[in-house]
Amino acid sequence: MGGLWVVAELGPDGGLARISTEVATLVRELAATAGLDAIGIVVAPDPGPAAAELATYLPVVRAITDGAAGVHAWSAVAAGHIAALLATETPDAGEAPDAVFAGAGADGRDLAGAVSALTGLGVLVNATSVVWTDGGPAVEMSVFGGKLLTTSGFTSGRGFVTVRPNVMTAAPATTAGRVEPQATTVSASPPAVKVVDRISEAGAAAPIEEARVIVAGGRGVGGSDGFGIVGELAEALGGAVGATRAAVDSGWIPYSQQIGQTGKIVKPELYLALGISGAIQHKVGMRTSGTIVAVNRDADAPIADFADLFVVGDLFEVGTALLERLRARPG
Amino acid sequence: MRIVVLVKPVPDPASAGERLGPDGRLDRASVPAVVNGNDEYVLEAALKLIEAAGEGEITLLSMAPANAPETLRKALAMGAHRGVHVTDPALGGSCAVATARVLAAALGELEFDMVFAGIDSSDGAGGIVPPAIAAHLGLPFLSYAARIEPDMAARTVRVRRISATGYDLLEAPLPVVIAGTQALGEPRYPSLKGIMAARGKEIVTRSLADLGIDPETVGAAAATTVVLDSRMPPPRAATEIVRGTPDDGAARIVDFLAERRII
Ligand SMILES: Cc1cc2nc3c(=O)[nH]c(=O)nc-3n(C[C@H](O)[C@H](O)[C@H](O)COP(=O)(O)OP(=O)(O)OC[C@H]3O[C@@H](n4cnc5c(N)ncnc54)[C@H](O)[C@@H]3O)c2cc1C
Ligand SMILES: Nc1ncnc2c1ncn2[C@@H]1O[C@H](COP(=O)(O)O)[C@@H](O)[C@H]1O
Repeated sequence: MGGLWVVAELGPDGGLARISTEVATLVRELAATAGLDAIGIVVAPDPGPAAAELATYLPVVRAITDGAAGVHAWSAVAAGHIAALLATETPDAGEAPDAVFAGAGADGRDLAGAVSALTGLGVLVNATSVVWTDGGPAVEMSVFGGKLLTTSGFTSGRGFVTVRPNVMTAAPATTAGRVEPQATTVSASPPAVKVVDRISEAGAAAPIEEARVIVAGGRGVGGSDGFGIVGELAEALGGAVGATRAAVDSGWIPYSQQIGQTGKIVKPELYLALGISGAIQHKVGMRTSGTIVAVNRDADAPIADFADLFVVGDLFEVGTALLERLRARPG
Repeated sequence: MRIVVLVKPVPDPASAGERLGPDGRLDRASVPAVVNGNDEYVLEAALKLIEAAGEGEITLLSMAPANAPETLRKALAMGAHRGVHVTDPALGGSCAVATARVLAAALGELEFDMVFAGIDSSDGAGGIVPPAIAAHLGLPFLSYAARIEPDMAARTVRVRRISATGYDLLEAPLPVVIAGTQALGEPRYPSLKGIMAARGKEIVTRSLADLGIDPETVGAAAATTVVLDSRMPPPRAATEIVRGTPDDGAARIVDFLAERRII
């Protein structure tokens, strides 16, 4: 049985991470086009709940139970199992997958790197779209900070693909699949790394990579208090709060919310920028957003060159008026 | 404390001229190279650690074209002690799998307690080289570091790995490979003294033959991935500019979003 594999990532609660529901939907559709099987793989101390959820998207889910995945960093543990499965399911046996997919977040890329070293499989990263052509995946990605789009494939026809959030809207299959326990004989695994503690920080904000709307604040916001209006607008629009490095370096908002070259790369439907100049290092993280609206009191700010709508004005005045109008809207 | 910092020269993100050549690879002559931003953060973390320890040595390791020493000088000027530059004509067009294998081989010749890498590179590579290197060397890999705390007496290190809800505290015995982020802290600017000192610092060159790697197994011909097509993203539509009272601006934003069915 060849096919396309989805390696599930788990959320902080042990359930299926949202990115994996999107990747599973993408892979199910690709497999249908390619005439291949779509198979999910879950590696966890208690894979049951996540495997059951993944099976609402995919016809077959293989559940690998490994207690180590709970007390050690997940990617090294999972890499050992995935490499073992890839090794037993050789092309000769007709069982090897044509491609393995995971999310392009922290766990997915750590996994992809380790599996590539253990198996020699190539990796295509940060897919923004995947189609099936000539017996293999054609993977679109954005490189050099969004200045160029490339489409790539695997020279051997096989490889590992990591997929960015929001490439696809997750949709369950019409009929649920089945979960099968899967045994593996792990021969080579990267050394385990102990997780001593998991710390939740108060006020951890909504993850920006997955948000459909981002309201972002820059130095113009002026302080932690200034982020109040940014947060209120984000809430009114059903979105998450983002920031520039200037705001992060000033300690107004955690680094997890930073967008740009050394922060996150995002592609929401709407990017509302408040008090952000639009420096190139910020632009590379958000330039592919669907709609960009900016409020800046400097009409010559660089963001005026790539926003769709640019409002010249004070962000607090415009922001407050906007909040009133949004709240006054019916529904 | 011996730390190797992996430094990747990348096209300057602030420039606009990146082009792919007809072979689908970056035309490196089209843009000036700089040290990858995330690599400066991990180098800064390494410098602070040896300053706090009062002893230690930092070696830069880079696999890059022949002109890379120009880029490495800036990192030497920040305070790294020496550089190792892996370069070979056969390496052009290498994929991430080969890059990791070559860097792992180069690390095999060095003595270290920790290897630091950037969490990813600004040219669009997806941060898979560091975990791949760790797997090749059979060393623990700790990623998304916001803080790095080695305990040289116990020969262990603790790393705060950024998570969706805060951070995970990871611990592993040395030696390790760590991929770090901007949360480690802002890099210093090289001082004039540092710049002068960097001129005299040694950058050792290593070829594939030196590392015992068969040139047939690396480079474009052996790459696991291939660029099929590249294009500029579609240009954005012209910007609509709104001036007037704050409420005029707010009203226009609401209409604009409604026209686009965002609200
Ligand atoms: C290696 C490296 C990596 C970097 N990575 C990133 C990154 O990942 N992300 C990132 O964002 N930056 C990054 N930067 C920093 C980047 O170069 C800029 O310094 C930063 O993006 C500027 O942030 P800003 O727009 O908030 O601040 P500024 O450039 O200072 O702009 C503030 C804007 O707010 C406007 N303003 C002020 N007050 C008001 C008001 N009351 N109402 C309306 N408008 C107002 C001003 O007119 C101005 O345009 C990086 C830099 C380097 C060197
Ligand atoms: N050719 C290279 N030479 C030295 N270090 C590299 C090289 N490629 C990647 N790295 C390191 O790995 C990190 C992540 O790179 P990448 O996997 O290419 O996104 C970089 O920030 C560097 O620290």
